Amino acid sequence: MKHLKTSRAPISQKAYVPSAPENVDTIGGTVTVQINSKTMTVPFGTTILEACRMSDIYIPTLCAHEDLGIGGHCRLCLVDVEGMRTLQASCAFPITAPLKVKTSTIAVRKARKHIMELLLSEHVGECYACVKNGNCELQDLAKEMGVDSYMFGHDNVSKYPVDRSSYSVIRDMDKCVNCRRCVRTCIDLQEVGCLEAIGRGAETHIDTFMAKPLAEVVCINCGQCINRCPTGALYANDPSDEIWRAIEDPTKHVVIQTAPSPRAAIGEEFGLEPGISLTKELNTAIKRIGFDKVFDTNFTADLTIMEEGTELLTRIKKAVVDGDESVKLPQFTSCSPGWVKYIEHFYPEYLDHLSSAKSPQQMFGTIIKTFYAEQAGIDPKDIVSVALMPCSAKKFECNRPEMDASGYKDVDYGLTAREMAMMIKEAGMKLPSLPKSDFDNPFGLGSGAGLIFGATGGVMEAALRTVYELVTGREVPFEKLRIEAVRGFEGVKQSSVVLENVVPDWSFLEGVELKFIVAHGTANAKKVMELLKAGELYDVHFIEIMACPGGCLGGGGQPVPTNEKIRKARAKAIYAEEETLPVRKSHENSHVAEFYAKFIPEGPCSHKSHELLHTHYTKRGKFIL
Amino acid sequence: MHNDIVNTIHESSLLFSNYEAGSGIKKALEMGRDDILFELKASKLKGRGGAGFPTSTKWMLVAAATGADKFIICNADEGEPGTFKDRVLLMNAPFLILDGMVVGGYTVGAAHGYIYLRGEYVYMRQFLEDCLNEMREKNLLGNNICGKEGFNFDISIVMGAGAYVCGEETALIESLEGQRGEPRNRPPYPVNTGLCGAPTTVNNVETLAAVPHIILMGGEKYAERGTSASSGSKLFSISGDCEKPGVYELNWGITINELLAKVGAYNTKAVQVGGASGICIPKSKFDRKLAYEDVATGGSIMIFNESRKMLHVLKNFMEFFVEESCGQCTPCRIGNQKLLEGVEMIEKNQYTFAHINNLKELGETMKVASKCGLGQSSPNPFLSILEDFKEEIFHAKSDGVYK
Repeated sequence: MKHLKTSRAPISQKAYVPSAPENVDTIGGTVTVQINSKTMTVPFGTTILEACRMSDIYIPTLCAHEDLGIGGHCRLCLVDVEGMRTLQASCAFPITAPLKVKTSTIAVRKARKHIMELLLSEHVGECYACVKNGNCELQDLAKEMGVDSYMFGHDNVSKYPVDRSSYSVIRDMDKCVNCRRCVRTCIDLQEVGCLEAIGRGAETHIDTFMAKPLAEVVCINCGQCINRCPTGALYANDPSDEIWRAIEDPTKHVVIQTAPSPRAAIGEEFGLEPGISLTKELNTAIKRIGFDKVFDTNFTADLTIMEEGTELLTRIKKAVVDGDESVKLPQFTSCSPGWVKYIEHFYPEYLDHLSSAKSPQQMFGTIIKTFYAEQAGIDPKDIVSVALMPCSAKKFECNRPEMDASGYKDVDYGLTAREMAMMIKEAGMKLPSLPKSDFDNPFGLGSGAGLIFGATGGVMEAALRTVYELVTGREVPFEKLRIEAVRGFEGVKQSSVVLENVVPDWSFLEGVELKFIVAHGTANAKKVMELLKAGELYDVHFIEIMACPGGCLGGGGQPVPTNEKIRKARAKAIYAEEETLPVRKSHENSHVAEFYAKFIPEGPCSHKSHELLHTHYTKRGKFIL
Repeated sequence: MHNDIVNTIHESSLLFSNYEAGSGIKKALEMGRDDILFELKASKLKGRGGAGFPTSTKWMLVAAATGADKFIICNADEGEPGTFKDRVLLMNAPFLILDGMVVGGYTVGAAHGYIYLRGEYVYMRQFLEDCLNEMREKNLLGNNICGKEGFNFDISIVMGAGAYVCGEETALIESLEGQRGEPRNRPPYPVNTGLCGAPTTVNNVETLAAVPHIILMGGEKYAERGTSASSGSKLFSISGDCEKPGVYELNWGITINELLAKVGAYNTKAVQVGGASGICIPKSKFDRKLAYEDVATGGSIMIFNESRKMLHVLKNFMEFFVEESCGQCTPCRIGNQKLLEGVEMIEKNQYTFAHINNLKELGETMKVASKCGLGQSSPNPFLSILEDFKEEIFHAKSDGVYK
C-alpha cells in the first residue's frame, strides 16, 4: 500500500481547495453565480454558503464552522442547484462553474424542516435543564424554523451515561446531534484525535478510543470542542457551587486571581461586542459576590518571566560557556496546561525541553498559601484559592498531584470565564454597568508584559523585553516595545534578535542571534515538534507554544461562540489595554522585586524558588493503561 | 477452494463464454487509447453497479485529468442484498475482470489498480492472488506489459470490512485509504480527486468484465444487444420464490414477466428489483422492462410469491438500512430509523395516516437531502411498497381514509 497517505485526518474532513488562480483578476479567477434573483461574481472555489453570506442571504447551518474543515454532515444548509438531481449542501459545494442557486424553494424549506425535526427527535433532554440554555445553536435554529411540535417525536430516554471523569470536560452524549464539530476540532484543529465517530447507522455516536472515559485517553483538556459544540453535549466541569459554599462559609478566606484573557472576553457573555475589556468592573463584581481578595494573575505572569527568562539564560550559559551537553535547547514555555499535556502524551521524550517554571496560575496558588498567608496571618488551610481562567485545562492543572508545594492543594478551583459570568448573573449583577475598582495588594501590580500573556506570542514578547534588557542593559529596539514579529495569528511564527554590546555579566552572549518560535494550537505545535524531531531547530533558543488557537484568549473556557474575528478582537483589546499600563516590563514590576526581596532573597531559579515556583512533568505517552 | 463453491449459472450469452486470458489486453494495446475510448463509447456501456454512469465518459474524464498518479479501482464490495453475480464472475471469469482493469489502467493512464474485495469474499483472495501471479508471469502485469514500452501496471487486493456503505465509491476510497468508510462530499468527484487525491475511476466488477469483450468484438457489435439506451447484456442475481434461482446473463430490455417465466416463478406477488435500495414492482406492473430507461438495476432480483407479507419484506429492508447507514448525515441516519418506526407502528396497528403521510414526505426529503446514494435510495422500498401494496398493508384500518 505504498501509495496510501499517512496523515490521520480524513480527506473528507479537510476543506476542498480547488486550484484557484492566485490573482482573481486573471481569466478564470472568478465565477458568476446566480443566487435566487441576484447575479454575482465570486472567486473561483468559493462555496455556495460563502457566496450566500457575501450577498446577505441567510442559510441555516449546524455542522459548518469557520475554524473547521468542511463537514456536510447535518444537511441543514441544503440549497437547490439547477441541473442537479438532488439538493446540495451549500457549505460543501465549491463554485467552479457558473451556477444557478435557489435557497428557499418549497423542497429546500421542507427538507430543512424535516432535518431539524429529525435532529430534535434524537436530542434527549429539555432546554430548561441545560447548561447551554440561551446560547444554543440548535435551540436558535428550532426557533428560526418555527418548530412548534415534534413531528417525529422527541426522545426523553437517556441512551448514554454522562462522562464526568475529566477534571475539565464533561461529555453528555444524549445531547449530541452528531455534527462532528468536536471530531473535526480534535483532529483537524488540534491534531489530538481523541474523539471520533464510532458505530454505524443508528448506533453512530461520538466516542473516545475503546469508549474509555475522557480522563483515560489522550485528551489534553484544551476544551476547544466545548467552544464549538452547538449544543450542550460538551461543557466544562463547573466548580461554582463549591465556590459559593466557600464564600458563605465564615471560616474560609476566599481569594481569586484573574487572568488577562477572561477580562477581555467576559463582556461577550453580557451581550457586548467582542473586544471590550472589563478588568476593573470585574474586580467590583468579584468583590460584591463576596470574594475576600482579588489578585491579578499578571503579577505571577511577571514572576513566570523572571523564572523562565532566568532559566533560559542559564540553559544558554550552560550550553555555550560550560559546554554542558545535557542541557536541552530550545526551551519551551510551560504556561499552557493543554500544551503541557499534549507534549506529555505525544512527545514525552522531549519533556526536558519544557521550562520547569510553573504556570502563572500555579505560581500564584503556591504564593497565596505561603507568602500571602504568612503576610496576612491566615492559616493556609482556611484559604480557598480560586483562579479565573480562560481555560478548561487549568482545571486539570490545579488537580495535578504534584501541585502542592504550599503543603496544601495550591489552587483549589479553576473557574472559566463562562462560569464566572454565570456567577455574576446569579448574583444579580450586570457586569458592564458596574463601577470600577482595583486589584488587592500585595499583588496589586501586574505589568503589561504579564497582560499580553493572553495572546499568542505574548509570553515570548514579555520574555524578550526582559531578557534583552537584562543582557544588553537597553530596552528592546522596537517602537513602543511592540515586538510585531511575534504578534498576529499566523500558525507558526519564527524570528530572531541579535544581542549586541551586552553587559559584562553576559559577555558570552555578545553577537548571539537569539532565535525564537511562536506557535498556537496544538496542530501547529505538532509542526514545530516534527521540525525539532527532524533536527531542524538545533539553533533555536526559545519556543512559545499555546494549546489554543489565538493563545489563551481563544481558550476552552472563553465565551462561546468563537471564530478568528472574535479572537482578533480580543487580542486587540488586550494589546490596547497593555499600552495604557504604567509598567510594561516584568522586571520593572516593583511588587515582584519586593516579593523576591521579602520571600526569595536568593532570586529567580534559586533553591527556594525551585521548591515553590518550579515543577516537573510526567511521561504519559499515547497508550494509557 | 475454487471447486467448493457451487455457482449456479443458468444462462449466459457472453460474459461466461470462452475468453482467452490476455487477449483483450493484447488487442487493446495494439489499438491505442483513443480507439479504446471510441469503442467503449460506441458500445454505450454503462456502469453495472446500478447507477448507470457511462463508462466511456468516466474513463475519458480520468484520462483527461491532470495528476502524477492515477488509479483504477475495481469495486468488488458486492453488498446489495440479493446480489451475488460479482462473486460468480470473480470465481468463474477472473481474467475477464483483471484484463478489464489492465485495459482501464492503460486507457486512463493509471499505474496501479486496486480490487476492493468484500470482506465476506476473503475465501477467494488466494485464488485471485494466484490469478494475479499467473498474469505477472505472462507479463500481463508488471513493467512494459506485453512489450508495450512504458506501460507499467499492477493490481493489489484490499479487503473490505463488511460495511454496506463501502460499496459507494467515495466511501470505498476512504476505506481503501484506511479511514472510516464514509462517503465524501461531491464535488469534487473521484475522477478528479479520488484515492489519495489522485484522479480515480471506480468500476463495478461486471463493468470491467464487459470491457475485454467489447475490445474484441467491437463496440457497435456489443451495442446490438439490449435496447437503445441500455446496451449489452446484464447479469441478474435471481433469488426468492422460484424454481431456478441463480445467475442469469440476459440482454437488457427483458420484461419482468419474461424473466419470471424463465426462472420458474409462479404466483408471484412482487419483485424487488435492485436490492434493498431498489424498488418493489407489484404484479400489475410486471410488463415493465429491466433497462436503465425503465427499471434500472444492479442485478438483484428478489421474487416474492403470494404467501409473503409485504410489510415484513419492508421491515426487513428498513432494518437493514437503519443498521447500514454510515451515520454521517442526518436524513439517512435518523430518517431510516423513523421510517422503520413507522413500519413497526403499522405492524402493531398503532398508526395514524397523518403520520404515515408525514413519513412519506420525509422519504421524499431523504431522496434529495442525503449525502450519498445510500440515503437517497433507502426510502425507495418504503415509498414503493406502501404505495403499491396499500390495500394489503392497511387492511386493518377499515375507515378507508387512506389516500
